[in-house]
Amino acid sequence: MAFYRPARWQNAAVSVSLAMLIALPELLTALDQSYYTGFATRVLIFALAASSLNLVLGFGGMVSLGHAAFFGIGAYVAAICYDAGIHEGLLVLPLAALVAGLFALLVGAISLRTRGVYFIMITLAFAQMTYYLFISSSAWGGDDGMPIYERMQFAGFSLLADEALYYLALGVLALCMLLFARQAQARFGRTVQAIRENETRMEALGYPVFRYRLVCFALGGAVAGLAGALLANLTGMASPNLLQWTQSGTLLVMVIIGGVGYLWGGLVGAVVLLLLEEFLLAWFEHWHIALGLLLIGIVLFAPRGVAALFGKHHG
Amino acid sequence: MADALLEVRALSRRFAAVDALQGVNFSVTAGEVHALIGPNGAGKTTFIHHVSGALRPDSGSIHFAGREATRLSMHERVRAGMARSYQITNVFTGQSALDNVALAVQGRPDAGSSFRFWRPVAAERRLFDEAVAFLEQVGLGDKAGQLAGHLSHGEQRALELAMALATKPQLLLLDEPMAGTGPEESARMVELIEHLARHVTILLVEHDMDAVFRLADRISVLVNGRLICTGLPDEVRQDAEVRRAYLGDHL
Repeated sequence: MAFYRPARWQNAAVSVSLAMLIALPELLTALDQSYYTGFATRVLIFALAASSLNLVLGFGGMVSLGHAAFFGIGAYVAAICYDAGIHEGLLVLPLAALVAGLFALLVGAISLRTRGVYFIMITLAFAQMTYYLFISSSAWGGDDGMPIYERMQFAGFSLLADEALYYLALGVLALCMLLFARQAQARFGRTVQAIRENETRMEALGYPVFRYRLVCFALGGAVAGLAGALLANLTGMASPNLLQWTQSGTLLVMVIIGGVGYLWGGLVGAVVLLLLEEFLLAWFEHWHIALGLLLIGIVLFAPRGVAALFGKHHG
Repeated sequence: MADALLEVRALSRRFAAVDALQGVNFSVTAGEVHALIGPNGAGKTTFIHHVSGALRPDSGSIHFAGREATRLSMHERVRAGMARSYQITNVFTGQSALDNVALAVQGRPDAGSSFRFWRPVAAERRLFDEAVAFLEQVGLGDKAGQLAGHLSHGEQRALELAMALATKPQLLLLDEPMAGTGPEESARMVELIEHLARHVTILLVEHDMDAVFRLADRISVLVNGRLICTGLPDEVRQDAEVRRAYLGDHL
């Protein structure tokens, strides 16, 4: 794969999409479908989480099956903050990112000494350990998780209205996508993409490969934590299910559907998967069959993901 | 030797039942072209891997530029001034020739940190200006915009060399730079190495004996993991043990 380069039409597409997303809550209200504002927020949050995994997997070339750990930890940080009386998002969100990022730094420092299938297994093991830690701890609600009875504020503004939380999630997603797009063309992004292509060659050019992978891994973990904190505020709880390996699997499926290593891969995958889930589930219970068929179709006909179908640019 | 740039002492490495390197003593003097020759399987590439830091020895030591380097990692050795080219061409085929070399320039400590997340590399004129200069040095000045994967084999070898040079090494480890090149490309590569040798010390592993005897100031011969001879080209040519073990009727 070549290094990421933005497509010529990207700015136009982003502007149009952003305008549509800004108008969406108004539109839904006008159509008397404001129930879907919460759903749209969920999509944005998962787009953020999947994009953070795409940074690690697609750009960094690290197949992690433990990404849910960072996602879930972000959710728990939000719940613990609520418990501790910290209700300001300007504090909660950075804290969630920091804790999840530091934990990712620790997990990465150990896991990144292994490669291939061992790396997959060790990240999975860390995530499962985290999961069991949280379900066995009564302080953190055990199996039931931790409730958040009232959403945090943001810069003093209430997020009680679904629209407000929607716009916060949109803002955070937009900022993170901007960061992802910038880093992909900056020194750091080119370094990790080159390491993905040929690790030994980069060592032989004098790059301390381990350090770059570790920072990439931790950055992905931090953004996943951000997404987790937003999700906990949306759903009103931090659930241990967020930490489970199936959650890591879901994020992985999103990235694969969307396009591994494509800037918009995580976002596209989250939108496609959650829309399918929402609307197929309404039709028939066994919507996973349709999802399975879709996955097979994508792997056969668009092996580089949906985002890859739109132009040749990639990361 | 007082001014040895690279000093390898009693280097040994065993793979399972095979003694790949047995007590190799070897040095490269600053400014020379030192060729390492030997039959296939003699351990030349294994030796280069140990010098460059890709492999660790069981015993023995490596000093580079007056500093103990035995336990330094590969990237630390590169930063200390040791660059290598690979026997099998090892460039980023999906990138332009220019991007390949710019990546090498970017990796150099004096080019600044690569933990930069915001400014596009494309805006960093200095990286690319320097990269162009290295491409010109190896005769690829007019191929800068081409995908590395679309270059001919010989051009890829030259690109590999430009990337190694871009790390501004004191010592260049060249592992069979002539491998797989045709006679014309080979001749050009010899000229290029001759030219480079004026500025940088070179450890050359090569099978092409014409090239070796034309380029080398000194030659060492490795056979079955043991260094059997080091000397001036004429001395090596005359050495009875070398003739018996390896060169035979090549000379």
